[in-house]
Amino acid sequence: MHVDPFDSYRAGNSLIHELDPRSKLLFTLAFIISTTLLPDGAWLSLALAFMTVLGISLVARLPLSYAIKRSLLALPFTLAALTVVFVVPGQPLLTMSIGSWTLRPTDAGLIRFVSIVSRSLISVQMAILLTATTPFPDLLHAMRHIHVPRSLVAIISFMLRYLFVLVDEALRLLRARSARSAGEHPTRGILWQAQIAGHMAGQLFVRSFERSDRIYDAMLARGYTGYLYTLHTHIIQRRDWLAAAGAVIILSVIQLAAHLP
Amino acid sequence: MPVYHPRPSSAALPPLAEARHTPVLEVSHLHFSYADGNKTLHDITFSIHAGEKVALVGPNGAGKSTLMLHLNGILGGDDHVRVYDLPTIKANLPRIRALVGLVFQNPDDQLFSPTVLEDVAFGPLHMGLPEADVRQRVQAALAQVGMSAYAQRLSHHLSVGEKKRITIATVLSMQPELLALDEPSAGLDPRARRQLIELLRQLPQTMLISTHDLLMVGELCPRTLIIDTGRLVADGNTAEILSDAQLLHSHGLELPHIPATLRFPGSVTVSGSS
Repeated sequence: MHVDPFDSYRAGNSLIHELDPRSKLLFTLAFIISTTLLPDGAWLSLALAFMTVLGISLVARLPLSYAIKRSLLALPFTLAALTVVFVVPGQPLLTMSIGSWTLRPTDAGLIRFVSIVSRSLISVQMAILLTATTPFPDLLHAMRHIHVPRSLVAIISFMLRYLFVLVDEALRLLRARSARSAGEHPTRGILWQAQIAGHMAGQLFVRSFERSDRIYDAMLARGYTGYLYTLHTHIIQRRDWLAAAGAVIILSVIQLAAHLP
Repeated sequence: MPVYHPRPSSAALPPLAEARHTPVLEVSHLHFSYADGNKTLHDITFSIHAGEKVALVGPNGAGKSTLMLHLNGILGGDDHVRVYDLPTIKANLPRIRALVGLVFQNPDDQLFSPTVLEDVAFGPLHMGLPEADVRQRVQAALAQVGMSAYAQRLSHHLSVGEKKRITIATVLSMQPELLALDEPSAGLDPRARRQLIELLRQLPQTMLISTHDLLMVGELCPRTLIIDTGRLVADGNTAEILSDAQLLHSHGLELPHIPATLRFPGSVTVSGSS
């Protein structure tokens, strides 16, 4: 029984797949910073950034909808920004009354909200393209090279490796539970179910905790002393410099389009 | 872009040629209690010489795994356990961990890297070997267990049998003198178990195999240790020990047998070591 809903790498041999993971990681970070720094209502820049996402999908031979569909997962989080529609001062668009409250969405608020959602989605889409075209171990390796702290990379690496083990374990627990509960119980409601779920979460925690002890022993047994070493597998090539140059041009155009009158 | 890969001080392990005549492993009067006061090992004494393949059997909770963890200083850490006459004290641990390859029972605990390649490279990298050596050792170790094609695979996609073989490769790449395997055949289907036994038979290393699989013991190990409630209760010839049903029974062990109702006329009776 294996699940890997998070194993997002889509194998391929396009130019994007073959770029050095360091160039891709750096470009993605730069792209996300550039996108999040765009001012409100910079529609041309947002459109250009979105076209960059589509263009990269095209070169990587991924379906155009690939990143868009997956980025919708981030949509609920952007709803946290919904309040700006009402609190940013501007021309009221309409007046809504809920009980004794009166809400006035403003035009400036709406522009800010749409801008926030677009910036978030486009940033997430680029990150999705990165993980779709780069195997995760390569990404971890690239993180070490751009000096992401060693322990942070180690944590991400263990998370990737044991997330699947943990999900498998949770599925086994769930299966064992349903094997012993014959359908819906008429008198026990959601509270009872919540209690069971709580026990399961506790079980998972205890098991993970004990497993982490055993893993640490296994690492010690093979000479671990607190430092993680990796094999060097990547060499920056001419195409990486070309891609980097292209990236600088794209990001400059996006930023210029936002800030030139 | 310059690539900086920090290396541990490459204090290459000095040859052990002068130590060849000493036992690979020497355990003398080993006692051990866990922090909660549970005494798990009482006065264990035995030694293993180069080239021996020794089985360690006993019921669950007898202290087998605890003993295994002492072999390269993960537990304990004094001179009751000596590897090539080196006491398992802190200063010796890097050397001892390269000499004793510990294979854990659950492959998911041992395969902690994203890819097989990285897992097999983990030991040699942490021994401070240069990259070319590491790569050469990884290839050799994977070839030894017949898994060369798996270097780039992600560990969590493998079957239990494949994971088991790779866990063995992860310690073979450190070129150990002693392989300590905890329940290597547990959870394997008959074919994977057979392949594992053949693999262990071919490996030249000295071995200590902790197991409940007495038929495998009969095939692989000329010598058997029985441990029960933390005490070493038998140490001797496997054929003698496995044929002593009384001894096995009193320590919660049993040699598998084909029930009489299943015996067909003319079939070969399986008893003792085959």
